[in-house]
Amino acid sequence: MMVLITYDVNITTEAGKKRLRHVAKQCVNYGQRVQNSVFECLLEPAQFVALRNKLEAIIDKESDSLRYYFLGRNWRRRIEHAGSNRVFDPEGTMIV
Amino acid sequence: MRRLLNVLYVTNPESYLAKDGENLVVRVQDKEVFRTPIHYLEGIVTFGYMGASPALLGMCIEKGVAVSFLTRSGRHQATLHGIPKGNVLLRRKQYRLADSEEDSAKLASMFVIGKLANCRTVLRRFMSDYGAKVQIEEVDLVCKLMAQNVIRLSNEPSLDKVRGIEGESARKYFSVFDNLITCQKPEFYMRGRNRRPPLDNVNALLSFLYSLLLHETRAALQTVGLDPYVGFLHRDRPGRAGLALDLMEEFRPYMADRLALSLINRRQVTGDGFIQKESGGVIMKDTVRKVVIDAWQKRKREEITHPFLEEKIPVGLLPYAQALLLARHLRGDIDGYPPFVWK
Repeated sequence: MMVLITYDVNITTEAGKKRLRHVAKQCVNYGQRVQNSVFECLLEPAQFVALRNKLEAIIDKESDSLRYYFLGRNWRRRIEHAGSNRVFDPEGTMIV
Repeated sequence: MRRLLNVLYVTNPESYLAKDGENLVVRVQDKEVFRTPIHYLEGIVTFGYMGASPALLGMCIEKGVAVSFLTRSGRHQATLHGIPKGNVLLRRKQYRLADSEEDSAKLASMFVIGKLANCRTVLRRFMSDYGAKVQIEEVDLVCKLMAQNVIRLSNEPSLDKVRGIEGESARKYFSVFDNLITCQKPEFYMRGRNRRPPLDNVNALLSFLYSLLLHETRAALQTVGLDPYVGFLHRDRPGRAGLALDLMEEFRPYMADRLALSLINRRQVTGDGFIQKESGGVIMKDTVRKVVIDAWQKRKREEITHPFLEEKIPVGLLPYAQALLLARHLRGDIDGYPPFVWK
């Protein structure tokens, strides 16, 4: 399933900046960065649970927020893109 | 059934493959050109010499991502062979059967039966599609021969005879293959199969598709815990993935030949995409290679009902499904190995 993950991490403190880096790093491991704090992750349910646990252990629930949008298996119909930033299709042909 | 994951094809000879966290990163002249989480992939195929970092290769082994290194022309050079997965007892059984001439012959004939049946279907499909327009007598004759040879194989005890029938059938099949090419006649013709190097456009295309297919069957066998290097029809030779070649036989007509034909007949590849070298060998230009890989990946995502498992699976998982059935047969869970026969 395709999960869209977005986050807001409060970076007014040093600890906040650190959390932001850690959240971003975990998201990069599991999916594709499509915008600055927006990731598209094609995951098995078990992988999603693992990622969620990792992310929620990092953030500070008082000041940060995480949102997951479940786009399911037919996620392609639910996404439209305009403008810059090249994004690849994780199920499409990958040639470099 | 497993999920069909993606395969990354690296055709730019200046690419360097590296690891960053759980990502695979492709760099060209120190600039990042591609990045993907490793769990999107089940394989990496690279063409031409290029670098890959040891850290990346380590991660590929750990995650079970098959990495194949091919030459620019698509000939198979090396594969990353990680720690064997699965059960040592299964592999021992495989070796024992491979040591026995009689057992090898039985299995070998099943692979060849699959191949001939599928060759026949390729020809028959062609005849029903184009029957009225072209002269088909000889195609029909080869069809009949294939059917006879399948029967001969089903009670064929000796390995040499299996090989003999296989060779004869393959020659006959390729002798009428030219009839199946209906477009772009001057540039694309088949006057017999040749390789190392392929001497004409069609042979170059076929060789290339076969090496993509070999990557898939080899990876599939490894995933189920079989040793791709010990075959039944193809005997041991250093560096040759005998069992992967065995398993590949039944898929050649269905997955590669048909794709080659439709690429030519639909004019998706054209004669100017091929270059003849001084040595006589023919290689494909990068643009054609990309078209072929794209068509191959699309083909793999199409769905088909597996004739034995009676389950709908993507075409790309067929080698895996057959490897699974082979492993089950070797374990003794099913009596015979049912080759993939396309109806």
